[in-house]
Amino acid sequence: MIGPLIGTAAFYVFATVLIASAAMVITSRNPVYSVLFLVLAFFNAAGLFLLAGAEFLALILVIVYVGAVAVLFMFVVMMLDVNFAELRSGFQRYAPVGAAVGVVLLVELGFAYGGWKVSDAAPSLLASPTPVGVSNTEAIGEVLYTDYLLLFQLAGVILLVAMIGAIALTLRDKRTSRKQNIQKQIDRQVEDTLVIVSAKLGEGVPTSDIKRPLPPKMKAGHGDHGDDDHGHDEHEPAHAQGDH
Amino acid sequence: MVVSLGNYLAVSGILLVLGVFGIFLNRKNVIVIFMSIELILLAVNINLVAFSASLGDLAGQVFAMFVLTVAAAEAAIGLAILVIYFRNRGSIQVEDVNLMKG
Repeated sequence: MIGPLIGTAAFYVFATVLIASAAMVITSRNPVYSVLFLVLAFFNAAGLFLLAGAEFLALILVIVYVGAVAVLFMFVVMMLDVNFAELRSGFQRYAPVGAAVGVVLLVELGFAYGGWKVSDAAPSLLASPTPVGVSNTEAIGEVLYTDYLLLFQLAGVILLVAMIGAIALTLRDKRTSRKQNIQKQIDRQVEDTLVIVSAKLGEGVPTSDIKRPLPPKMKAGHGDHGDDDHGHDEHEPAHAQGDH
Repeated sequence: MVVSLGNYLAVSGILLVLGVFGIFLNRKNVIVIFMSIELILLAVNINLVAFSASLGDLAGQVFAMFVLTVAAAEAAIGLAILVIYFRNRGSIQVEDVNLMKG
């Protein structure tokens, strides 16, 4: 356990760095620096969580936010070739109204906290009181998988929907992708693909009677397929009406 | 908790105000607006954890976890929309986003 003096000092250090880096996130000239300051802010918030005794959440914050969300931001910032200097025009123009809204919000929050106190009946109204003698992770696990099981599974569904949505939004279907055309597969008739040839003795089967995908050099003249040379869909019935 | 609830609430209040201020300050840069939203959600999480530790109720920490989940999902979807928007228009200026004339 840490002493109260060290704990208080650590709280002020974490809080100061957190607020300073949050200020740098919104005022930084380069979005890459913004992302890095966001990472710093998350680390310090994790420190605050640790001081409050929420160790599990602190580590989850580091893993999820620093490990996933901040890296995602970094990817997007680096991937998009954006002229960020142009995006900063009007920075001064909106600052006064933003400051006014911020000050009003802060004063209102102060009023809300000033006029608030814990009800006397609060200890008897706790939804899931913190058990004594078990670690924070174990205690959260005990309520998360029992009382909040439905919400927990719903969170999983939300993540699944987000994953599918992100993939569906950004997946660019290339013309050369070898995907399945189910409509064409079902529509295919036997006559389109199968031909019965009566081979004469000693001559073999003329190659012109065999139905097969055309070789790429002949398909290049089609024009309606672009650079698609996989032959995934067309079985040209070349000379299909054989005379037998 | 080694420090009182009021200190935590002050930190989270300042963080929330900084997030709102950031939205106004970076009106054109939608990436920084996303980061500001993340800051606001972080302030919410600090509030939840502080109350949870102060009142001795684990429900706050469980809810903070769900807020974390939704924030991660929101960031993923938002950045995906941003990427396809940039692919289509070649810019991420928020003021250009008026295709739907809503």
